[in-house]
Amino acid sequence: MSTLNKTSRRDFIKITSLTSGGLVLGFSWFGTEAAPVILNKASLAGDVNFNSYLSIATDGTITVFSPNPELGQNVMTSFPMIVAEELDADWSKVKAVQAPLDKKFDRQLTGGSGAIPHSWKRLRTAGATARYLLIAAAAKKWNVDPGECTTANSFVLHSKTGNKLSYGELAEEASKITVPADVPLKNRKDFKIIGSSVKNVENKNIATGKGMFGLDFYREGMVYAMIQRPTAFGTKIKSVDDAAAKAMPGIIDVITFKNNVAVVGKSTWEVMKARKVLKVEYEKDGNIESTAGHNQLFISMLNSDKPTERRKDGDVETAFKSAAKVITSEYQCPFLPHSPMEPMNFFADVRADEVELIGATQTPGSARTAVSKLLNIPEEKISVTITRLGGGFGRRLKFDFVTEAAELSSILKKPVKLIWSKEDDMTGGSYRPAVRYRFEAALDASGNLIGYKLRGAGINVGNSTRENNFPSGAVDNLLIETVDHQSPITTGAWRAPVTNFLAFAEQSFIDEVAMAAGKDPVQFRLDLLQKARTTPVGAINYNIDRMETVIKTAAEKSGWGTKKGVSQGFSVYFSHQSYVAQVGEVVMKDGKPVLKKVYAVSDCGEVINKSGALQQVMGAIVDGYGHAMYGKLSFKDGAPEQTNFHNYRMIRMKEIPEVEAYFIDNGIDPTGLGEPALPPTGGAVANAIFKATGIRLKQQPFIDEKLFNPA
Amino acid sequence: MAAFTLQINGKEYKTDVAADTPLLWVLRDHLGLVGTKYGCGIAQCGACTVHIDGNPVRSCTLPVSAIKSAKVTTIEGLSKNGDHPVQLAWDEVDVPQCGYCQAGQIMTAAALLKRNPKPTQQQIEDAMHGNLCRCGAYHRIREAIQSASKKL
Ligand code: FES
Ligand code: FES
Repeated sequence: MSTLNKTSRRDFIKITSLTSGGLVLGFSWFGTEAAPVILNKASLAGDVNFNSYLSIATDGTITVFSPNPELGQNVMTSFPMIVAEELDADWSKVKAVQAPLDKKFDRQLTGGSGAIPHSWKRLRTAGATARYLLIAAAAKKWNVDPGECTTANSFVLHSKTGNKLSYGELAEEASKITVPADVPLKNRKDFKIIGSSVKNVENKNIATGKGMFGLDFYREGMVYAMIQRPTAFGTKIKSVDDAAAKAMPGIIDVITFKNNVAVVGKSTWEVMKARKVLKVEYEKDGNIESTAGHNQLFISMLNSDKPTERRKDGDVETAFKSAAKVITSEYQCPFLPHSPMEPMNFFADVRADEVELIGATQTPGSARTAVSKLLNIPEEKISVTITRLGGGFGRRLKFDFVTEAAELSSILKKPVKLIWSKEDDMTGGSYRPAVRYRFEAALDASGNLIGYKLRGAGINVGNSTRENNFPSGAVDNLLIETVDHQSPITTGAWRAPVTNFLAFAEQSFIDEVAMAAGKDPVQFRLDLLQKARTTPVGAINYNIDRMETVIKTAAEKSGWGTKKGVSQGFSVYFSHQSYVAQVGEVVMKDGKPVLKKVYAVSDCGEVINKSGALQQVMGAIVDGYGHAMYGKLSFKDGAPEQTNFHNYRMIRMKEIPEVEAYFIDNGIDPTGLGEPALPPTGGAVANAIFKATGIRLKQQPFIDEKLFNPA
Repeated sequence: MAAFTLQINGKEYKTDVAADTPLLWVLRDHLGLVGTKYGCGIAQCGACTVHIDGNPVRSCTLPVSAIKSAKVTTIEGLSKNGDHPVQLAWDEVDVPQCGYCQAGQIMTAAALLKRNPKPTQQQIEDAMHGNLCRCGAYHRIREAIQSASKKL
């Protein structure tokens, strides 16, 4: 049942072009701006520069080869849409194929909402180039001027003569024409596919339970492995008694390596059972930390006299001394696990001559480099095949589970399927870091913001701020600093890193300041932007006009300030080059606030797939709200106190708000949308709850607040 | 180890496993039916939902020995050609994001509509409460169930 067969670049060229005829265009998906190149025996013999291809077979089938891992951000659908648009292809004939790792794939990674921005122009050029070649082939055949030919739905047409040939019929001829250096791209007003709603190309496979995820991969002869890792951060193995585990049925071996005890067996369940009778003792190997201790630590970090200065404008001290009013507020968030529904897992087969790695990863390139270093095997001998990912949220940017699988396979000299249980996933580290912020604002007598201070105290975050984001640039006197604590508790990128919490804290604080200034929160933000426009201070990362537009549109769409019976809260955030404003609406039920609705206005430039974009926004709001409301991973004596979904609460269907989403139609090159709609949600909700109750939520998860637990 | 004969998707399967092996792992590791997913292993997420005599059951905590002659339906057997009204609605409404939870969602939804072809929104939310979707595709899951219900 090997559903994912290994292919290499050599193989796919063989499969797609040289045997079947037609046109195969190699192009660079990321990286270089090089023009596409026709792939044939001659061009492949030289040093070609491509990492993707577009093929048009003689039967008209169009294949787009996607080197980006698919984890639900829908690139398997949206990327081929871009190519098909410029090509004027019949969408029903377009197939997207997930690529195995090629060593030339220089940005084969999913994270930072960067997939679309990186590929937009290159994908368009590839489609337009193929279209040019097909037209040229037809014009030659008909002996007419190419300028008189048009294309539609996978046909080249010549209206004067009524000639018409399909792309399939022309593909072979087209492959003999010289690729032009420059092809014109379509005017966006002629877009037919881009901006429409196209369904996920994998829907049917998903709905019928096809084995497409990493955990579904099976290879005859493989063994199953699970690893017992230290139960507390800051500890290491003292002793291992694996006799009982080894004696369990179906167990092949128990192997201790590094800080890991791996149980290897013939099936997942037998391995799970044997793990329960392992006796491993641990001893201290670093700080043993707890959430209670971190709470204390945050206070001292916020008062530290050795912060790292991130940005300083004007004279903050004088501004605060001369202020008519000073507002100070602190916000805190806990660690969070990523909790993708598919737990970490990977297949590795380390043989003397080559290494095969198969599974769900957001960073196949780095995983391969790491395995190469670990096992001292040249990268050329290592292939990585990417399966569909059962969610990532940043967790699969790390490749610890890939190196573990490879190391085990090399020790066992067998193909190994390494599986993390859900408990391993939740307790195994790489969390969204815990952070506490202190904000201070100075207002003059007319309520103008004349001074602003932010200090972030984080645990393994590095820079817990975004110092050139709003409101930087709009305040004359501003100071942004961070203090970081190094902890044995491992952290990593979590969907919309840093901003997933910073946005909530900042947008709540801006609300507090607006109230103190006696101004409407929306108008207060607009005034700040106007100030940044007329008298900008220092570096400004965001585009003032675009931010202003989403704010105004969200206010208008939500009927800001005009609604009866609901309490509204506003929030706006710029992240990953996109702008999203949200309005949360809360009503009171049985004395508790309930989030009814969220309006979202996004500016992510050109929307490629409307259905996919809507889904990203709805999903991000559910995610942002769910985690702000319920998410908490706490520690006692170095060990996580939540271990699985029975004591780690995730949002469920009953708890979601209605979402009304809009997109700004401005034709700017697309930016990502996998993350940007998440950061503003917490603030929109908290500000609405304040409006409804007068209670300012300053700590996540909200569910722990008294408001929700009257006793 | 013990021998079990199971009725799955209208076929007879024989397997030789420990009596306490959850049905989930029998399906996945021993019978090659990997459409049923492992999410939590403790009956909290619904990714492993199958039908036992038509009722939705979490296969991760159901020992194979408890099944006896009951009829098991997995996502692979929900329909012959992937055209169960719920499966069709899933495409029509464009539900899946990462897709990992969706087999379980579909199985729970199909069982609900069989029992109650015209559920209210509240009844849908109650029935789906045990199925987590980390991608937050809940809006469309609900909409797809409503759409399938209209066509029944
Ligand atoms: S895997 Fe069975 S309910 Fe989660
Ligand atoms: S679609 Fe990803 S978990 Fe539901």
